Amino acid sequence: MKKPKNPAGLRFLCVLTAALVTTTAQAQSDLSSGAVFSTGPSFAQRDGRALYEAICQGCHMPDAKGAVGAGRYPALAGNANLAAARYPATVVVNGLRAMPAFGDQLDDQQIAEVVNYVRSHFGNDFKDLLDAGTVKSLRPK
Amino acid sequence: MSTPATPASMTRRELLTLIGSVAGSSASYTAMAGMGLTTPSNYTGPIKLEGDPKGASVLILGAGLAGMVAAYELRKVGYKVRVLEYNTRAGGRNWTLRGGDSYTELGGITQTCGFDKGLYINPGPWRIPHHHHGVLDYCRRFGVALEPYVQVNYNALVHSTKAFGGKPQRFREIQSDYQGQIAELLAKATQQHKLDELVTKEDQEMLLESLKDWGALDEHHAYAPGRESSERRGYEKLPGGGVSAVPVFSKNIIPFSPLLHSQLWGAIGAGQNFEMQTMLFQPVGGMDKIGDAFKRQVNDLIQYNAKVTRIQQAPGKVTVSYVDAVKGGAPRTATADWCLCTIPLSVLSQIEIDVGDDMQAAINAVPYAASTKVGLQFKRRFWEEDEHIYGGITYTDLPIRVIAYPNNGYHSAGKGVLLGGYMFGPNAYEFTSLPPAERVRRAVEYGAQIHPQYKTEFDNGIAVAWHRVPWTLGCLGVWTDERRAEHYQNLCQIDGRFLVAGEHASYIPGWQEGAVLSSLDAITRLHQRVVA
Ligand SMILES: Cc1cc2nc3c(=O)[nH]c(=O)nc-3n(C[C@H](O)[C@H](O)[C@H](O)COP(=O)(O)OP(=O)(O)OC[C@H]3O[C@@H](n4cnc5c(N)ncnc54)[C@H](O)[C@@H]3O)c2cc1C
Ligand code: HEC
Repeated sequence: MKKPKNPAGLRFLCVLTAALVTTTAQAQSDLSSGAVFSTGPSFAQRDGRALYEAICQGCHMPDAKGAVGAGRYPALAGNANLAAARYPATVVVNGLRAMPAFGDQLDDQQIAEVVNYVRSHFGNDFKDLLDAGTVKSLRPK
Repeated sequence: MSTPATPASMTRRELLTLIGSVAGSSASYTAMAGMGLTTPSNYTGPIKLEGDPKGASVLILGAGLAGMVAAYELRKVGYKVRVLEYNTRAGGRNWTLRGGDSYTELGGITQTCGFDKGLYINPGPWRIPHHHHGVLDYCRRFGVALEPYVQVNYNALVHSTKAFGGKPQRFREIQSDYQGQIAELLAKATQQHKLDELVTKEDQEMLLESLKDWGALDEHHAYAPGRESSERRGYEKLPGGGVSAVPVFSKNIIPFSPLLHSQLWGAIGAGQNFEMQTMLFQPVGGMDKIGDAFKRQVNDLIQYNAKVTRIQQAPGKVTVSYVDAVKGGAPRTATADWCLCTIPLSVLSQIEIDVGDDMQAAINAVPYAASTKVGLQFKRRFWEEDEHIYGGITYTDLPIRVIAYPNNGYHSAGKGVLLGGYMFGPNAYEFTSLPPAERVRRAVEYGAQIHPQYKTEFDNGIAVAWHRVPWTLGCLGVWTDERRAEHYQNLCQIDGRFLVAGEHASYIPGWQEGAVLSSLDAITRLHQRVVA
């Protein structure tokens, strides 16, 4: 994995967060499976697994092994880059190149939940937990 | 020409607000519209490149519209051109799926389109505004037949799960009742002298007259059951012929308060946006007729199955490494005097490339939007047969966001294909995360809330989630004002012997016109450099 040369957009998101985090996410429950679809501009899922399955697996795949075509989605499974929880949290908040930022569409707690989920599944076994306060501190000022 | 003096595009915040707009119904079109600009194309007719390039060579990366415009125009003036394309087909996002086509998304799932002969879905671009002069001019020059694309259909539906007991409403009735009652309100305020401070006496008279006309008010300036309102919202019993001809005016005007709170007014404005204003077009037979037309011009220049992996610059030349997209194996190289790269930035940001920090930062700065489209084939065209909906779009706050009916083949016997979902924002991510068959299944389940015929008439479907498309990793580049201010000009420079073109290097992101204009601008600047 190349390390980010320029964490995309870090500086430019400030304007955007305020308006959106206040918008309450709403959900519409799926007809047949009980799965949730969001109805607003933010994601409605609350727990880490539901968030992974609603957002991250679209790119990183259900088994978190990533995928390769003309471009690629890196594996999150067995990924040593997740050792420091702040790194995946920063990536989710601010985005990274082709990965869009989710800081506007997820609140601090949701980001903590999904990062904790990824860091403790798919062959990752990091014990420490990320809390919402830390996520807050990673948001662009 | 490279710095169009246009207003900056909308901010991401505005974009997301729109995507989440309550009635939801406006979500998809506003998203697409919003990311474009209300500025006409600055296309000024076929490009004229004067001066002899003296056999200079250009390596073009990507055979989407941007790449093929450049290949076609540069060869015409004497460049040695070669195109490297990852796919086995030309066109890029200009793409149509028909019966028998198969498509493998990232993750490895292959869908084979099961549509009947002549039926298709455009998983990417599907409409061309009349002011996209560049795209339209190439259609004219290459003989691509066009037909009307229907944006506004007064007989289509607008739907909110939270209003009117979830019962879909006619566009026509919502539109008329909303406009009529606003007109009535304003007329009352005028007559009760509440606008005296704002509007002069003479203007008030004219205002009242215009409100009557605009809102279909009766002689008392009321929007009430009767001839005027029925002429807009339709009749209870239509005028006919013979003994049973007498019409019955419609009486069931939707009261103002529930109408306002339904928020369905948010679902009727799409066609007023500059980019959605009549006239719009679609190529007869599928959007890829445009890509096909370009391909006929430049196919001999394109090397397919060539996945670019590295772009190196040395004094006087550019060397591009590529591998066989299917078999892999050792990289091969291609060398040219210049390189025009139209690879989407999502992919390009992952390719090692010798450019300055500023351009690299620009390449890294643009994330790509989520979008999903679901094509559904039904056993019969029930929307026409049962509901008289001929083309156009139904908007809903269900996760599918739209149902768009085919703008061609009206009344044909046999099966029909409609667009059963077109999502942006969270719903697009959520649909992307599902396996394709599940996307289709849910589109059918949700759509059945609007058209119960879905339950018995559904035949088969196909779903394209753009973040899973192996060669774009997303739908389109999302710029913000801040990103543009910092990076746009840096992206569009010539860096050594390398420059980029494509939708992402335009102020019309998410439109083919952006790809075409960006390409014409890039080759104009390149040619100036070469002949200088
Ligand atoms: C859902 C959706 C709806 C849209 N709706 C409309 C619409 O209604 N009207 C409209 O005008 N436009 C619409 N657009 C936008 C339009 O499709 C694009 O703006 C335009 O097609 C982009 O052309 P391009 O040449 O810039 O890029 P592309 O068409 O993406 O071409 C890039 C090419 O590069 C190739 N490539 C990628 N990686 C590599 C690599 N490593 N090596 C070699 N080749 C590579 C790709 O395979 C592709 O062929 C829509 C797009 C989407 C996704
Ligand atoms: C739209 C596709 C997409 C989605 C959705 C997505 N990612 Fe990513 N992600 C990427 C891409 C592409 C990269 C690689 C960026 C780069 O390095 O160029 C990436 C990189 C990462 C990385 C860095 C990996 C490393 O080894 O450095 C982490 C961590 C990550 N993503 C976590 C997540 C989580 C958690 C979610 C869900 C909340 C998520 N991603 C959703 C596309 C996506």
